[in-house]
Amino acid sequence: MSAPALAPLLAALGALASHWRRRPGQLAALLGGLAAATALWSGIQALNAHARASYDAAARELGGGARLVAAAPGATIDEGVFAALRRAGWSVSPVVEGAVRANGATLRVIGIDPVSAPAGLAPGVFGGGSGDDGGDAGDGGDGGAPGGGHGSRAPGEGDAARDLAAFITPPGLALAAPETLAALGLSPGARPRAQGGRPLPPVRPAAGAPPGALVMDVGMAQAALGLEGRLSALALAGPVPPAAADLPARLGLSMREAPAGADLARLTASFHMNLDAFALLAFLVGLFIARAAAGLAFEQRRPLLRTMRACGLAASTAAWALAIEALGAALVAGLAGLAGGRALARALLPDLAESLNALYGAQLGAELAPGPAWWAGGLAMSCAGALAAALGGVWSAARMPALDSARPTAWRRAQRRRTRLQLAGAAGAGLAGAAAFGALGGLAGGFALLAGAMLSAALALPAALDLALALAERAARRLGALAHWAAADARQQLPGLALALMALLLALGANIGVGAMTEGFRRTFEDWLEQRLTAELYVRAGDPAEADALAAWLAARPEAAAVLRESEARLRIGGWPVALRGAPDHPTYRERWPLLSAEPGARDAIAAGRGAAASEQLARRLGLGLGDELSVPTPRGPWRLRIVALFADYGAAEGKLRVNDAAMAAHFPAADRTRMAVRADPAAVPALAAAVAAHGPGAPQVIDRAALKARSLRIFERTFAVTAALNALTFAVAGAALFAALATLARARLAQSAPVWAMGAPRRALVRLDLAKTVALALGTSALAVPLGVATTWILVAVVNVEAFGWRLPMHVFPGQWLRLAALAGLTAAAASLAASRALSRTPPATLAKVFADER
Amino acid sequence: MLSVTDLRKTYPAPDRPVEALRGASLEIGAGEAVALTGESGSGKSTLLHIIAGLDEADSGSVRVDGREMSGLRDGARARLRRARIGLVFQQLNLIPSLNVWDNLTFQARLAGREDRAFARALLGRLRLEGLERRYPEELSGGQQQRVAIGRALAHRPALVLADEPTGSLDEAAADRALDLLLELTRDAGAALLMATHSLRLAARLDRRLHLSGGVLREAACGGAGRAAGMSAAGGGG
Ligand SMILES: Nc1ncnc2c1ncn2[C@@H]1O[C@H](COP(=O)(O)OP(=O)(O)O)[C@@H](O)[C@H]1O
Ligand SMILES: [Mg+2]
Repeated sequence: MSAPALAPLLAALGALASHWRRRPGQLAALLGGLAAATALWSGIQALNAHARASYDAAARELGGGARLVAAAPGATIDEGVFAALRRAGWSVSPVVEGAVRANGATLRVIGIDPVSAPAGLAPGVFGGGSGDDGGDAGDGGDGGAPGGGHGSRAPGEGDAARDLAAFITPPGLALAAPETLAALGLSPGARPRAQGGRPLPPVRPAAGAPPGALVMDVGMAQAALGLEGRLSALALAGPVPPAAADLPARLGLSMREAPAGADLARLTASFHMNLDAFALLAFLVGLFIARAAAGLAFEQRRPLLRTMRACGLAASTAAWALAIEALGAALVAGLAGLAGGRALARALLPDLAESLNALYGAQLGAELAPGPAWWAGGLAMSCAGALAAALGGVWSAARMPALDSARPTAWRRAQRRRTRLQLAGAAGAGLAGAAAFGALGGLAGGFALLAGAMLSAALALPAALDLALALAERAARRLGALAHWAAADARQQLPGLALALMALLLALGANIGVGAMTEGFRRTFEDWLEQRLTAELYVRAGDPAEADALAAWLAARPEAAAVLRESEARLRIGGWPVALRGAPDHPTYRERWPLLSAEPGARDAIAAGRGAAASEQLARRLGLGLGDELSVPTPRGPWRLRIVALFADYGAAEGKLRVNDAAMAAHFPAADRTRMAVRADPAAVPALAAAVAAHGPGAPQVIDRAALKARSLRIFERTFAVTAALNALTFAVAGAALFAALATLARARLAQSAPVWAMGAPRRALVRLDLAKTVALALGTSALAVPLGVATTWILVAVVNVEAFGWRLPMHVFPGQWLRLAALAGLTAAAASLAASRALSRTPPATLAKVFADER
Repeated sequence: MLSVTDLRKTYPAPDRPVEALRGASLEIGAGEAVALTGESGSGKSTLLHIIAGLDEADSGSVRVDGREMSGLRDGARARLRRARIGLVFQQLNLIPSLNVWDNLTFQARLAGREDRAFARALLGRLRLEGLERRYPEELSGGQQQRVAIGRALAHRPALVLADEPTGSLDEAAADRALDLLLELTRDAGAALLMATHSLRLAARLDRRLHLSGGVLREAACGGAGRAAGMSAAGGGG
């Protein structure tokens, strides 16, 4: 298609535009569909980009560009190693990193040594704190070459020097981004307590601190994390000494560029891909509206195009004009959609932030500021959508002969051809999805399978409805002429409504699929929590000494039937963060702890310190199965454990290994032993909880199972809040699609209804029949959405969830939900049909009769 | 059988309202075949639509078989129309989603008096046997018009209203279609009011009414009436 001359192009554009002036509703459907598609897509993109930017900020914090010396994955480094490297001439600085729960949120604790830390490690932390426009502190850049050339960074003179002193001398300082402090409800100087009751240093706002992190002196961080004497990594602050270049390797250490903060991006990748998939689905549903409107507009403008062709307009110019028109619509709708997308992202951000924090301990910044790439990407999506919607028209216009016949289309033959094509497409889409699933596997394969199933079902829908209507037509013959006509007419109406019904099918299928998955998850999760929370009371003491005293005190209380002390150590295995939990061998666990699967004698193997129970997600990540051996790095050397059981650990991002408490103490002398679970008579729990909370001096944290359960369920609800919102929006868009399709068809429908009216069918009967037809089509679509929804649930439960979260749920179906959704679809259709058939009931008889007049 | 008195109808128009009918009156007896002539735009269609109850007059009365049409609501008019009146238009208005048989018997079934034997005989006389299962789009224009004629008669109406029924056919086909229409309405004992601008075709009916200036006048037939028309069957043009 070569570029056309300007004058004919402008003339064609003007003539084409006149159509929209007469059909504002159609224009609204086209623009609205594109805008809705763009809004849903770009809103999710804004959220994902925002989350990724927050992870990047967190990752940059721990040495963007700074090289780290780290232990084998999963292990920590002894402080002695640090000293040995320093002695050998290595310019390294200690780093401790971990997570604590404080004030209801998970925070990253980053411990650095401010004197020896290289520039780029914790950049900007000393810069903007408490009105201090501090010295030569890093500027939050990407941590390039250190400015002073001395390889280490000192926080300037004056105030900055006092800051440094305050930072390193007890109680120290915990520097945090202002929005993190605001989110936690902390004012400067406050001393939050970590969940175990360990006090953290007083907080101070520092503009350069990454969201969700507390930056403190390495010694304070060790205390806060229970990692006394251990380091997470060593940051390289100067050149490698040639003479001792191989020392780290001899010590079992390795150089690593990627910071530990990259874990977040890795852990959450699947979560975001999940959102991307839903955004794409929503985009497609919106596109159906645009496509329906563009297709109808093209058919209605066919005579106009024919006339222009006869007047000498080149086919390529006509095609160009249609394409330019589509791009114009894309720009207008795209900008509106982007504005909507930003509003949508703002509305969904709090839920997303809370569920990401609960699931992964990630902390998102509060301000959503989509950049130019986002605007450009959204407009590009809108343009791509508009072109996809207009493609059929552009193609036909480019090939339209100057003498296009004005013969009315033979709808039956056209329909048969279209049905064959659609069925072939349905088979192709299904096969392609299955093939992609086989070839790709994993999350991408799961989504390919899902997309294939959805596309296949959508394409098969018209044929299936046509078949159902053909049967109905036969049956309705006995019910009388009108019923028979209505069924036959619905078949003819089908192509005009097909796109809207496909959109409805997709929305219903997604709703059924996601709804059943969520509801099934909720039930599984509740049951699991019920069993999993074995003890009546959970206590965490402030420090080990206090924990020992508290345990002794509790053991002496008659209402406490058992005190089960648990220990915890955090390490990395295979690059993944893992919490190793030790628990005593007690009937409480033997009887009540739910296992997904276990070897015979699993409990005994665990009690003997030979076996471990692995959480489902850890086993999946590391590719572990029952009977596999695992080497756990410990301060006392590797600990060989056999995986003897697997347990579900819904909602946890981190992998967990459960072992015997005594065996754990032998391997991890410094493990955190501040937690305990208390079995007690339920009636005595409130009084006991109050007594524990008052037990001095460290004010232990106490939570009973009911409160713990409520908190867990709330996190659960938040996790699916975004999906649920997207689902509801998609359904609304599908309803709008149906409405737009019926409204634009209403005029054409008159020509079908008028002869029937002329032969003596009252108008009211015709309006009722129209209503019945539309509702029946919506209900038929709902019926077909059920198998699609069940397939969707299966793919979500068996493939996507497993990949995205690491756990597999039992599959549930909820017929009540199907009925609710079908009723909703029927009501939507009824509302749309009534609005559209106002055309029929309001048209003056003279206009209706005109259908028969010769001048038509 | 049909009695129309003093019909008036004005269409609103942006510049000047169009007075399509200004006191039109006519009487047609049972079984009578009457031609309605007039220039294009003289109000023929308007008159037929009002008689059929498709449109309402501003004033005046229409009685079909003694029943007053004006003032009835849409539902009642529809019932009267489907029972007593058959319509044939130039625009064929077959129902595209129904096949030939279902189109032919549609109004009969709507009126609750389907007579399959009668419809089958009608199909034979319309020379449409073997095409029952075809859809309108699969028929020629002449075949479509024959289905439309059959449909207007299959429920045995008392009155058939035809608005330029042969307007879209060539002369020979128009003559043959008119033969069928006249023959079948006569056999069914129905009255016929047919609008046409062709004096040649009008001459083959019993009487001719001319519409001009919104009023009707009895006009010279200019032909030998129905008997002559029948004897000329097939030889017209
Ligand atoms: N729905 C309408 N609105 C306005 N004017 C109309 C309408 N229908 C017909 N007319 C006008 O009324 C007059 C009579 O029209 P019509 O009955 O169709 O004449 P005929 O059938 O004899 O050609 C014409 O001038 C026509 O323009
Ligand atoms: Mg006319």
